[in-house]
Amino acid sequence: MTKGSHRFAVVTVFLVVAVVVLMAACLIFGSVDIDTATVFNILMGNDSDNEAWNIIVRQSRLPMIITAILAGAALSVSGLLLQTTFNNPLAGPSILGVSTGAGLGVAIVMLALGGTIGGVFGESLGSYMATLLGALVGAGVVLVILITFASIVKSSTMLLIIGILVSYLASSVISLLNSVASEQGLHSYVAWGFGNFAGVSLEQLPVFGTIIVLALVASLLMIKPLNAMLLGTRYAQNLGVNTHRTRNILLLITGVLTAVVTAFCGPIGFVGLVVPHIARLSLNTSEHGRLLPVTMLTGAAVALLCSLLSVSSRHGIIPINAITPIIGVPIILYIIINRRRINYFN
Amino acid sequence: MAILETHNMAVGFGQGSKRTVLLRNLNLRLEQGHMVALLGRNGAGKSTLLKALTCDTMPVEGSVVIDGKPSTQINKRALSRLVALVATERIMGGAFTIRELVALGRQPHTGFLGRLSHHDNEVVDSCLEAVGITDKAEQHVANLSDGERQKAMVAKALAQETPIILLDEPTAFLDVASRIETMKLLHKLAREQNKAVLLSSHDISQSLLLADELWVITNNRDVITGTTEQVVMSGAMDKVFSNSTIMFNGNLCDYEAQLPATNAVKVKCSDPILKRCMVNAFLRNGIAIDENVDTAIEIKDVNHIILPNGEIAASVRDVANSLAII
Repeated sequence: MTKGSHRFAVVTVFLVVAVVVLMAACLIFGSVDIDTATVFNILMGNDSDNEAWNIIVRQSRLPMIITAILAGAALSVSGLLLQTTFNNPLAGPSILGVSTGAGLGVAIVMLALGGTIGGVFGESLGSYMATLLGALVGAGVVLVILITFASIVKSSTMLLIIGILVSYLASSVISLLNSVASEQGLHSYVAWGFGNFAGVSLEQLPVFGTIIVLALVASLLMIKPLNAMLLGTRYAQNLGVNTHRTRNILLLITGVLTAVVTAFCGPIGFVGLVVPHIARLSLNTSEHGRLLPVTMLTGAAVALLCSLLSVSSRHGIIPINAITPIIGVPIILYIIINRRRINYFN
Repeated sequence: MAILETHNMAVGFGQGSKRTVLLRNLNLRLEQGHMVALLGRNGAGKSTLLKALTCDTMPVEGSVVIDGKPSTQINKRALSRLVALVATERIMGGAFTIRELVALGRQPHTGFLGRLSHHDNEVVDSCLEAVGITDKAEQHVANLSDGERQKAMVAKALAQETPIILLDEPTAFLDVASRIETMKLLHKLAREQNKAVLLSSHDISQSLLLADELWVITNNRDVITGTTEQVVMSGAMDKVFSNSTIMFNGNLCDYEAQLPATNAVKVKCSDPILKRCMVNAFLRNGIAIDENVDTAIEIKDVNHIILPNGEIAASVRDVANSLAII
């Protein structure tokens, strides 16, 4: 066993344990106090006498945990794929405007539906599919803009700035739309914008889960070309990779992952940018065969942690987007300051 | 049969009315077992030519024939088993180990998931061995010197097991020791592994020593090819630069500056190395060397130069001053 695969095993075991512990913590802790034994009894199918507790554990906490795991993994993989595709370690779905694009799509659909829908998603399947479609189209449009500019501007810093500009533009369109939206529509949009893993109901979970799992599996099938892409387009082509097609597939996966998470959970920042770095730092490798699964697990753990922190206040739910920068910014600053000493940067 | 040929190929860049053709009527032949150096000034079209040969770009006219097949009829995967590339681009995978980097060279031979077989691992080992970086195999690419990094990229190219290896300025950022080592290595690989090696270079003296053949792009965009000795003797080396202040010196196997001179002398010196050093010193002090003039200077030592009038000068600067007075 090489040093690298030994480290991979250690990190993976640690992350699996962390995810399990955080899952348990998310089940046990919440705005309502339910004792541990009761929580596990309810999960095992034994109804508690308190009907509300049954509902809280089965229909609120359990879907929230699964949503957090899937969304965290999805955003993180999305970030990793973007970083490799654009050859830019500071790329991520939120920083490149993909999340905001998806958000704009959601906003347009919400406005088109008159803001009359209850919550973000209506009770009807139709309005909820429309929102999802809006997010996919929004994310897709931003990705097409990014691809177009990527072939014009060669500098990856410039591409980041273009992503940020696109993001601002989409935000301003969202604000304009909100100014004409109904109060109810505006309220639900603002609530959505805070970021929230609790927005996916038990009924919606299969759709959400299936799409994300399929896209994550697709990303695992791209490990070979992803490694070649790290050497740059010219080397990748010379190794027999169809770089054009590979890039399009990678961006399609990224778009789907980001759009679905954004539609259901709101535009969650930093996770996609930061988690791939945590994975690279902990494994100390550039190799996607190990990087990709560890990115998924780390993303799941980070999202669960955020989710746990969001319910830790006695005064109500803390928005996810208020927590992710607190975790993300120090890590990004650490990476920027130490980039000369971090091997994967050089 | 040559493993790679071009038929009436023209290369350039841009499209439509903005198209610039750099080189035309190229009928080049690259043979296995030979190392060819592609020489030319900056902007002459070396990289453009290499890009056409690696099929990164289409030739403007004509065709590239690899292993008997027109390149347009070879799919990407088959091509990746015929031509390996070492480019100048810096790579992003700094946290790949050298072994992982070299193993990427097996991608043309591995399956969909890129899993390495026992045979693949053996090939990787032998490629690491061939370039002499087995002891660094588990180190990260980022921790290597430029010379070691270049060796690793050559090992990656070897791992592709292609008959052709093309290298775009493989010695560009290397110090002279690594430059010589890399060129020697490539020459050895061409001989021992029967590879067709083509490298572009600005390192004239090493190329003239180690390349079996030269492809020289001249100032008027001709490509002169032949064995190194044929090309040098044809006078092609004089046609590389348009600049009259630079001349090819066959004795040195390199270019040297033509410096303006106000005086000319002939030099007598028994030690050839001392003579060479002193001639350089005379040249940069405005004294040309001409065996047909009467002014003769005899050099005993760097600080002991006998002038035509019998006086002894202690430095070349003094020689220049006294010649100016005479």
